[in-house]
Amino acid sequence: MCTSIVEIVGASGTGKGSDGWFELTHSVVSYDHPHHALLEEAINIDFVNPALGPGARVAVELTLESAKELSSALARAIAAAEIEESNRRRAA
Amino acid sequence: MAYEGMIAERISINGDKHEPISAYVARPLGSGPFPGMVLLHHAPGWDEWYREATRKFAHHGYATISHNLYHRAGDGNPDDVAAKVRAEGGVPDAQVIGDTEGAVQWLKAQPWLNGKVGVFGTCSGGRQTFLYVCHTNSINAACELWGGRVVMSKEELNPKQPVAPIEYTQKLSCPLLGLFGNEDRAPTPEQVDQHEAELKKYGKQYEFHRYDGAGHGFFYYDRPPYRIEQALDGWKKVFAFLHKHLAA
Repeated sequence: MCTSIVEIVGASGTGKGSDGWFELTHSVVSYDHPHHALLEEAINIDFVNPALGPGARVAVELTLESAKELSSALARAIAAAEIEESNRRRAA
Repeated sequence: MAYEGMIAERISINGDKHEPISAYVARPLGSGPFPGMVLLHHAPGWDEWYREATRKFAHHGYATISHNLYHRAGDGNPDDVAAKVRAEGGVPDAQVIGDTEGAVQWLKAQPWLNGKVGVFGTCSGGRQTFLYVCHTNSINAACELWGGRVVMSKEELNPKQPVAPIEYTQKLSCPLLGLFGNEDRAPTPEQVDQHEAELKKYGKQYEFHRYDGAGHGFFYYDRPPYRIEQALDGWKKVFAFLHKHLAA
């Protein structure tokens, strides 16, 4: 870990790892050396459950540009989902 | 033609606080005596590159041990284990020092050792190499390759890394070889300047080699930062330095 850029938030949901689906507890976002992507540094996103061991991990390594696009897409999808939920609550 | 052979195996050693940790050992076959090397792996973990590096040192005549600094994060693929350690904020410096002392003592207890031991590390392992040789008097030579965060700002200090290694420069106990890429961002050339200035200030024996056209990790032949000319020259510098200081 040479950059020390690491953000960790709680996660509720499931992820599909090498041994199938598992409950997630955390999302870890870092900008650091990737293991597989042919980049010096990458935005690495790990969805993990440390209690299940190091292998309970869904990992992606993205270029900075594609991580920005993902971040924007996530923001747009969440905004649309919140409107949807708000409409649903009003209709109820 | 002389017979040539090597043994390489995974073993368990006593790490920090006598806790068992895993290690990989490679050494030439025969009774020796061989100089010893301890390798501190990089942030991406106790991985295949470090297995290969361990055997490379053995090929050059060194009885070499690479201990698993991430042992306590659990068993698994090195990238999964390294990701877990990254999320935990790395491993504590004090524990790294204890684990490395365990690896050195294991080597020193072997009948085939010539009594001399060197240390080598890249990336975070380069930082930890420098840190360790500032906390011991039992090492004869140290190779720090692109050690990121030897120089640390106050904001970067934390309970696991409470003191910037550069602060310990006065206690450096052996000759130091440093290899750095001038396009690296961790450490930056300015941080390498600071590192070198401290070594000069305390009259330490060192040699730094800085490579144009190279950044971080230019030895890693399987990663984009690999720079063949700089890497080949760097390996020559490493083995010349070790031969000078570790030969019986």
